[in-house]
Amino acid sequence: MNLTYITLIPMIPLLVFLVLGIFNKKIKPLVSGYVGVFGLLASAMLSFYAAYEYFFVHGKVDGVFQTFSIKSVWMNFTETLHIDMGVLVDPISVMMLVVVSVVSLMVHIYSRGYMKGDDGYTRFFAFLSLFTFSMYGLVLATNLFQIYIFWELVGVSSYLLIGYYYTKTSAIAAAKKAFIVTRFADFGFLIGIIVIGYYTGTFDFETLNNPEGSAILNWASTSFMGLSIITWALILIFIGGAGKSAMFPLHIWLPDAMEGPTPVSALIHAATMVVAGIFLVARLFPMYYFVEDGFALNIVAYVGAFSALFAAVIAITQTDIKRVLAFSTMSQLGYMMLALGVSGYEGHEGVGYMAAMFHLFTHAMFKALLFLGAGSVIHAVHSNYLNDMGSLRKYMPITNITFLIAALAIAGVPPLAGFWSKDEILVAAFEHNKLIYYVGVFVAGLTAFYMFRLYFGIFWGKDRSYEHAPKESPLSMTFPLIVLAVLSAVAGFMPFSEYVTADKAGFQAHLNYPLAAVATSVGLLGISLAWVFYKKENTLPDVYAKIFGPFYKWASDKFYFDEIYLFITKKIIFKYISAPIAKFDKKYVDGTMEGIGNKTVLVSKTIKGMQSGKVQDYAFGFIAGVVVLVIVGIYLWSN
Amino acid sequence: MIEGVTIYDILTLTTILFFIGVYGFLTRKNLISILISVEMILNASVVNFVIINKYLYPDVLQGVLFSIFIIAVAAAETALAVAIIINLYRQISSVEVKDTEVMKY
Repeated sequence: MNLTYITLIPMIPLLVFLVLGIFNKKIKPLVSGYVGVFGLLASAMLSFYAAYEYFFVHGKVDGVFQTFSIKSVWMNFTETLHIDMGVLVDPISVMMLVVVSVVSLMVHIYSRGYMKGDDGYTRFFAFLSLFTFSMYGLVLATNLFQIYIFWELVGVSSYLLIGYYYTKTSAIAAAKKAFIVTRFADFGFLIGIIVIGYYTGTFDFETLNNPEGSAILNWASTSFMGLSIITWALILIFIGGAGKSAMFPLHIWLPDAMEGPTPVSALIHAATMVVAGIFLVARLFPMYYFVEDGFALNIVAYVGAFSALFAAVIAITQTDIKRVLAFSTMSQLGYMMLALGVSGYEGHEGVGYMAAMFHLFTHAMFKALLFLGAGSVIHAVHSNYLNDMGSLRKYMPITNITFLIAALAIAGVPPLAGFWSKDEILVAAFEHNKLIYYVGVFVAGLTAFYMFRLYFGIFWGKDRSYEHAPKESPLSMTFPLIVLAVLSAVAGFMPFSEYVTADKAGFQAHLNYPLAAVATSVGLLGISLAWVFYKKENTLPDVYAKIFGPFYKWASDKFYFDEIYLFITKKIIFKYISAPIAKFDKKYVDGTMEGIGNKTVLVSKTIKGMQSGKVQDYAFGFIAGVVVLVIVGIYLWSN
Repeated sequence: MIEGVTIYDILTLTTILFFIGVYGFLTRKNLISILISVEMILNASVVNFVIINKYLYPDVLQGVLFSIFIIAVAAAETALAVAIIINLYRQISSVEVKDTEVMKY
């Protein structure tokens, strides 16, 4: 398979970024919007062609999808240990190319309407292109180090875009928080990479993931504190993935990241960047599965399940619509993690892996749609809060319908996309771990409930007396909504399991009717509860909030995790570790250096007087010196 | 060779001349006077060259030729020094040594 055109896919957005970034002030907003959209359109077309060629023409040999790659050595350590740059083409990277292309293209088109008239219009498109470039690079990476480089690049573009409104204090704080928290997690990732490189002698995914390769077979040869060192490395790598994917307890940055413009939330914090953690685990899945009988994978499963539950509970109580969606994203990411965690490897055993990827795909579509719909609402109402909304269905029919489709999809109502992928996840959980299965079913109900609480709150309920009647958004914003709504409706019918599986061979997935019936009825129960509570303005929500009392308060304050982190960092780490170190640094390290400087200045001040500037003084010194030398010379000579 | 005058007499004379030049160089306040003092030091050495050549090595001419060479160089040097002094005068309207202290900055 010819891969050279695939290297073009990330290069086009990079070029667009450079052009828009360098000529930032000189380009008219209209032109920069078109440059961004058409640049991405080219990349998207190449991605679709690559997907077609891979899945339907060249990819499958003897019933197994092959892995293609081109690499060039970038940095050489030893014979086997080197860092390459290149592209790796296998089912998940091609699938991710399609996801990134579709969502990014829709967000680009949408942004042309949403950001209209903003001062930093060109800057915004430049950053979007930078992000798209980094994300393409991340999914195409051939080795751990290359993925790490692009991992940090998406982190930087996320930082730049969250802090896009840089005059807003809360946006700057959120940007810093996102960067520091993910950076902290990436520290674990980096140590994991180094450990893997040291003990297996390679960074390359193809070598590492080979089930008969030495990296996997020799896992037991080294051990540290009762576990294989490779397991420790995989846990550390998972910490990096958990930071990026907002898993508990590193989730605190994601809700605050909603300070960025809404298209950014849709692209980065819902559909693409936050799934990088899931992608990372999936990328190293054979290692996670085979090393120490999947010990690290169990951790992934439990962290995912807990995050899914935790975030869903918080989402019920939030009133900022973007924050509800943020917690919903976190919950769905937890779902994907738990699916990976309970997955097997071969054939139908690998249904969890396939379900995670499937859910990643469908979730990208409907969550991007939810965010873009929320953006459309915010654009019309100029507020993020549910209290300022209600009965918008009369004013914004297209947003209403597309939002409803997305909400039904995420709630798992057949035959929309979310139903199919969620069903596969629950099948995988049911077959491997009953506890996780019950958590999954409960979260499915919660998801349906909070999503319809949001939907009824925005589009039904009380008609607020708006100062300016809200208007439907322009075509540039509704067009992506419609496209994504269509995708959210039909994406579930793809025979996903035949293309993207852990062992790359594909299998026939069948609907498990009893489990599907349970999941669907739980979802419908959630929706009907939301109907009773929120369709018409009534006192039920307040009554039940009172019944749950302190628990409701904890949930709406996000279980005080921000406060706990602040307490640990400010009161303990800053006060008892950082402050004494800073004091030592100031007093002794700086003190020594400053002392040397001050002494030098003092000495030069005293000897400065010798330089009078009078020629005759110097001449006198010179002659006196000669006289002294002569006297000394005579004295020595005469002896 | 001058009858009745020994090399010691002449060397004493040039030594006195040299130290008068040094004294003048150290004590004069005026740049022109300093220049004249420098010329005296040079002249003392020129006379030394000639005398030593004449009295100790009468067969050769190097000393005499060298003194001519030194006089030429001294002339050039004087021209340069006067040019500098004139320029300095244009800048600070003075040829006093104490006024040139500012040049150390």
